[in-house]
Amino acid sequence: MSWITARRRHPAAGYVVIASVLVIIGTAYAVITSGAASASPQATPNSAQIADGRNLFVEECATCHGLYAQGTADAPSLIGVGAAAVNFQVTTGRMPAAELGAENDRKPPRLNATQTAAIAAYIQSLGGGPTVPSAAQVSTSGADVGLGQQLFVADCAACHNFVGAGGALTYGKYAPPLTASTPTQIYEAMLTGPEAMPVFNDLTITPQEKRDIIAYVTQVRSEPNPGGFSLGRVGPVTEGLVAFLGLLLFMVLAALWITAKHGKAHE
Amino acid sequence: MSVERALEGTGNWLDDRLHGARGVRVLLRKIFPDHWSFLLGEIILYSFIILLLTGTFLTLWFQPSMTQVVYHGSYVPLRGVRMSEAYASTLRISFDVRGGLLMRQIHHWAADLFMAAIMAHMLRVFFTGAYRKPREINWLIGIVLFTLGMFEGLFGYSLPDDLLSGAGLRITEGILQSFPLVGTYLAYFLFGGPFPGTQIIGRLYIIHVLIIPGLILALVTVHLFLMFHQKHTQMPGKGRTNENVVGAPMYPYFMAKTGAFFFFTFAALTLAATFVQINPVWLYGPYNPVAMSAGSQPDFYMGMLEGALRVMPNWQWVVFGHTFAFNVFLPALVPLGIIFTGAALWPFLEQWITGDRREHHLNDRPRNAPTRTAVGLAAITFYGILWAEGANDIIADHLDIPLYWITWGARVGIFVGPVIAYIITKRICMGLQRKDNHLVEHGVETGIIRQLPGGEFIEETRPVDPERLAVLLSRAEHPALPSAEATETDVPPPGMRGGLGRMRERLYHVVTESAPMPQIHGNGHGNGHGNGHGDGQLAETDGQGGHGEQAASTAGGTASAAEPQRDEDSH
Repeated sequence: MSWITARRRHPAAGYVVIASVLVIIGTAYAVITSGAASASPQATPNSAQIADGRNLFVEECATCHGLYAQGTADAPSLIGVGAAAVNFQVTTGRMPAAELGAENDRKPPRLNATQTAAIAAYIQSLGGGPTVPSAAQVSTSGADVGLGQQLFVADCAACHNFVGAGGALTYGKYAPPLTASTPTQIYEAMLTGPEAMPVFNDLTITPQEKRDIIAYVTQVRSEPNPGGFSLGRVGPVTEGLVAFLGLLLFMVLAALWITAKHGKAHE
Repeated sequence: MSVERALEGTGNWLDDRLHGARGVRVLLRKIFPDHWSFLLGEIILYSFIILLLTGTFLTLWFQPSMTQVVYHGSYVPLRGVRMSEAYASTLRISFDVRGGLLMRQIHHWAADLFMAAIMAHMLRVFFTGAYRKPREINWLIGIVLFTLGMFEGLFGYSLPDDLLSGAGLRITEGILQSFPLVGTYLAYFLFGGPFPGTQIIGRLYIIHVLIIPGLILALVTVHLFLMFHQKHTQMPGKGRTNENVVGAPMYPYFMAKTGAFFFFTFAALTLAATFVQINPVWLYGPYNPVAMSAGSQPDFYMGMLEGALRVMPNWQWVVFGHTFAFNVFLPALVPLGIIFTGAALWPFLEQWITGDRREHHLNDRPRNAPTRTAVGLAAITFYGILWAEGANDIIADHLDIPLYWITWGARVGIFVGPVIAYIITKRICMGLQRKDNHLVEHGVETGIIRQLPGGEFIEETRPVDPERLAVLLSRAEHPALPSAEATETDVPPPGMRGGLGRMRERLYHVVTESAPMPQIHGNGHGNGHGNGHGDGQLAETDGQGGHGEQAASTAGGTASAAEPQRDEDSH
């Protein structure tokens, strides 16, 4: 202790104390917060991966997002959006975008998993943000599908329709169908709010509730249609079309047939 | 033998007491004219019968109660979810009652077909002028039936208490509340408290299964009785006049056909219910006042009202702390009000304008009443645009059209569209009339060009066959209206005086506007040449042939049959 006692009045002592406390708290914070995501490979990036990501970013993304992801008039800044946003946009094929439009369509991804992880690590290194959820976070085992249905109609169906078949938004935007979304993508979408979608953070919808919603979305897709052909599950509009173009037309043809037969016989 | 004797004995026994034989004989020999469009009404009747049967089946299991229960039935995804008994019993009908889902789907498809056939039937009656004297009452009953059908449907699909139907009830509540001054009371009375309350399903249930079906049944009976009593109208044709009915007797022809048509209806509905899913309430989930789904549309017969709400700008006044919600009130009442009030008044308006008080048992061909047809198409356009607007989000999503483009298109379209439809339809009708005139005056083109010995070319035509000619000549001129202008010796009769009389005269010219009547034989040729199209050969043919031009080029012996009728008409 005499070593500390002797130097505690040293001019640099204050800085050293503050620096060490910051390091300790920072390290502890990093260890604690990354604990949940530790299973994910993206959560422990190394500098080589970040460098790869940086190179890929300059190739694929910088035209619109700026050389340092600072954003341009065409596209937003990516500082602080986190690896989850990158993973969502790139794995759904929305980024790199094909064109500047009201909304980017889902399409086959252009970059592979390694490349995606590299860019995600680079963006994560710029300003943090939500990380890619672990397999455990998006697991639907033991999730409550019934609760998920309730949450989905309360929070999601207004745009995505009651089974996630999608719907229209204003000015050419739309809520896409959720028929091809992976559990990870659904989780990331809630966490990062891509396109016109609001962010549903862990306070609005808890991680457990997110798993319930994912369970509902993925389960309802495979739910059979006991009544027959589903008509797209978009509500009564297609039913009305069938009523006119199917039922009424059939009956009119039947009427034509019945009266035509008689007309010939009667003459 | 013994069976016949037994039947005869029973029949005599009954007839001695009921004296029904004569009535039955009249019934069996009743003549029904034949046309495919006359069967549209039967689709309505048969769907209604199927609705009554399947509906009765559904009442055996449906619980019209809003008591909250926790679901433990066989539809796994909703297990453990709190819901009303009404919704739970609908799930039970769908998944646990044998044949329940099929019955539910037949019932719903039958409701859709019922309403679709009502629309088609009413359009047929309108466009053929079958609503004219003496059938105005039946036309009005039809409009009431259409309205009742709309409410019956709305209340019916509200009963399962699922997310979609709850959204419909929320709009119903909003429309009631939008009535100035009394709105909140109306909503409060219907729902028995604040929305959604605990009463509404039970109340809608009794309206849906007893009150409205009873009214529909009573009115359908009157409707059919009047049709029977006044005799069915017939389409123009050879030998068909305003004084006769040409067709097949009830027994055995009509009975066999109409019986077969019932089975067609039943088959169509059962096939649809078997292969096409309708109103999957289990996917919507139980109603939750805070939830809403994209693509929340009503069934198609309410779609026009939905579109009216969506097309309306957000106008609202607050006067002395009281809200006048024009953004809901006007779209809820005005567009459908225009359609229904207009439809109800039209027969009387037309009668007043044309001064035509005669009975009409022979239908018009739509082209032969260009103004009526044009007004009908204008109404269809108005209705159709609002109808499509009701599905604007589905159209936007699936056809990649920005949502507000559709809304603004509809905002402009409901004013401009009907006018354009009116003008175009009227021109098309009059063009078709001219085409008919041409056929009557010049016959059917044979495609044969003949060179005369003098070197001249003529085109040969053959006369229209008498069956078709009778149809072509079915157009009758409207009786003239007395002039609204006073002369030195005459004053206009009552009803033609003053500004109203002059307006009536102007409307008369609009409503009776048609192509000139076909000119048969010599006297018409002057006209024909006047607006001719430079085909000298054709005119020459007419000139050469003189009175016998049709006979000269005829291929068969049908011309002689046609001649007397045309002579009759030309004088």
